Amino acid sequence: MIGLGLTRGFLVTLKNFVRPAVTVQYPDRHVGLLGAAKEAGMNPFRFLVKKPGDSIKAIAGLATVQVKLEQSPRFRGNEFTFYEDRCTACASCAKYCPLGIIEIVSVPGKIDAQEGESYKLEVFDIDIGRCMFCGLCVEACPYDALHMGTKFERSTYVRDELIVTLDELNAAEKTPSSFYRPQFEENAFDPYAETIEDHYDAGRHERPSDEDLKKKWVDER
Amino acid sequence: MDRAFLDNSLWRNIYCNLAGGSADCQTDRLYEPGVLPAGMEWLAFALAAFAIIALFVNGILGGVIVLIWGERRLFGRFQRRTGPNRWGPFGLLTSVADAIKTMFKEDVVPKDADRILFNLAPVMITAPALLVFAVIPFGVGTYVADLNVGVLFILAVTSLTTLAVLTAAWSSANRIAILSAFRSVALLISYEIPMALALVGVIMLAGSMSLGQIVGAQTVPFILVQPLAVFVFFLAAMAEMARAPFDLTEAESELAAGYLNDYASMKFGLFFLAEFMAEISTSAIFTVLFLGGWRGWDVVPSHFWFGAKLILVLFVIIWFRMTLPRLRIDQVLKFAWKGLFELTLINIVVTAVLIAIWPEPTTTRLWIMAAVNWPVAIISIWAVSKLLGTPGYDAPLPDANAPVYPVGTEQIPASSVHVSGSPTNPQAEEGGD
Repeated sequence: MIGLGLTRGFLVTLKNFVRPAVTVQYPDRHVGLLGAAKEAGMNPFRFLVKKPGDSIKAIAGLATVQVKLEQSPRFRGNEFTFYEDRCTACASCAKYCPLGIIEIVSVPGKIDAQEGESYKLEVFDIDIGRCMFCGLCVEACPYDALHMGTKFERSTYVRDELIVTLDELNAAEKTPSSFYRPQFEENAFDPYAETIEDHYDAGRHERPSDEDLKKKWVDER
Repeated sequence: MDRAFLDNSLWRNIYCNLAGGSADCQTDRLYEPGVLPAGMEWLAFALAAFAIIALFVNGILGGVIVLIWGERRLFGRFQRRTGPNRWGPFGLLTSVADAIKTMFKEDVVPKDADRILFNLAPVMITAPALLVFAVIPFGVGTYVADLNVGVLFILAVTSLTTLAVLTAAWSSANRIAILSAFRSVALLISYEIPMALALVGVIMLAGSMSLGQIVGAQTVPFILVQPLAVFVFFLAAMAEMARAPFDLTEAESELAAGYLNDYASMKFGLFFLAEFMAEISTSAIFTVLFLGGWRGWDVVPSHFWFGAKLILVLFVIIWFRMTLPRLRIDQVLKFAWKGLFELTLINIVVTAVLIAIWPEPTTTRLWIMAAVNWPVAIISIWAVSKLLGTPGYDAPLPDANAPVYPVGTEQIPASSVHVSGSPTNPQAEEGGD
């Protein structure tokens, strides 16, 4: 039938016209009254009465909501995740870095619960302005203290601000990227939910069981 | 002086408020104390004219700004995006920002360009696009002038676009622009004929070329009475304003921007403006001729009806653009001359016969005409599409016995092969770096 194909084509575009948009708005999302009320945590009528100014703004299409994009743990972002408690200041990462951009200054005197006497970090700077994100430092770390991160909002106007310091690393949210640590995925381990105590479960080395330890250190002697 | 302009409520309101004491306004006591003293009617007329021109031009430019925004939003929705929503409420100020940006760009003129014509072309394309709005009734009594040859005026004025396009392309001394202009001229001239002929049926039914009287005659909207004319006029008008699927004139993927290739800054902006004004004016003409213009239930004002119908037509135009891919120039011209042209002739003959039977169509007679016209339209569109789809109708069929080579392996005659000895530039062979 002549004209049927044409009609079908028009219906395809019309179908897509009425479907919701797939756009992810970033860094903020424009919301209407319903969205603004949901963001404020009340029902729309209550929102209208309680916050008339914000309601007018929302109806006029001017209300925005900050969008925080949660990335997959596999995402290769540009921030590091660092657990200072696990670090023994062995400086393996600094030695393995092909660009030599990790600066470590350590002093003796830290008492570690597991390792006994160890070194204390004084300076731990990574110049991510020059980093190529090869992940060799992560691979070199014997105690899983350093991870690549999955954050991506670290653009600055000044080059010097790209140097990540120890304080900054400690303050940052821990979002280790599992891309540089395949064993995370092999062990079905969620790095985001990791606590300091259970990080041994996900290390690249299988932690010996208590039986193994007993066999090795008691029975065989 | 001819006082016919006083039938127009826009003119009347402004003129009589200024020159209330004049004899023309005595019929209405409302305007008794005029602003201007007696004997200053000429000044009142000039001021009224200026006010109306300012109102229309600024209104249309504002409409274009809103249209560009709306079109981009609709494109977004059709492609499952949100469209521009950053600047201002719902992104409404996006077009304003674009306009300001366009104005502050550097105005480049090519070295080889014919400067006078190059600067004239944007004006030449904008003026006709604005002129069209002079005869369109936007509501009861809201028009600049109700010409008794309104339809003819529209056809004459819109055909000036061809000249402007050709001027723009020629003066910018650019071969791609000229190529675009050739296409444009072929397209615009071809589609003017079916467009004009499609309107003959409407003119016959209304018995007038005045747009106001055509609206008055539409007790039944002519979209129901004249389906063939609607079909042909809509497609021809899409081609006239060079919109997809007939946008060969601009064809971004082939010709960059076509004839406005070398234009920058606000000159480019004027071309852009003219294009969108043409979109609005075409929708307005379609509304007036086929959808009953400002007619509707009297509960809401006539301007609302006109605006609603206008937006509906604009939506359909955008829908067409989002659905159909661009055609080739030969397909487009074939469609105009072998498809639409025949349909308009059929429409004219059928309408003429119906008019001969019922010289003054009443509402009932219009419904009967619609009942006659719809089967005629469907059968003739079906027949013409069959005819256009017939192999060999437009060009001779290729020889079935001719040897077929894959592309690139055709036999090249030995005479056309030039054999050279050693490479003329041996360094070019080595120097890879």
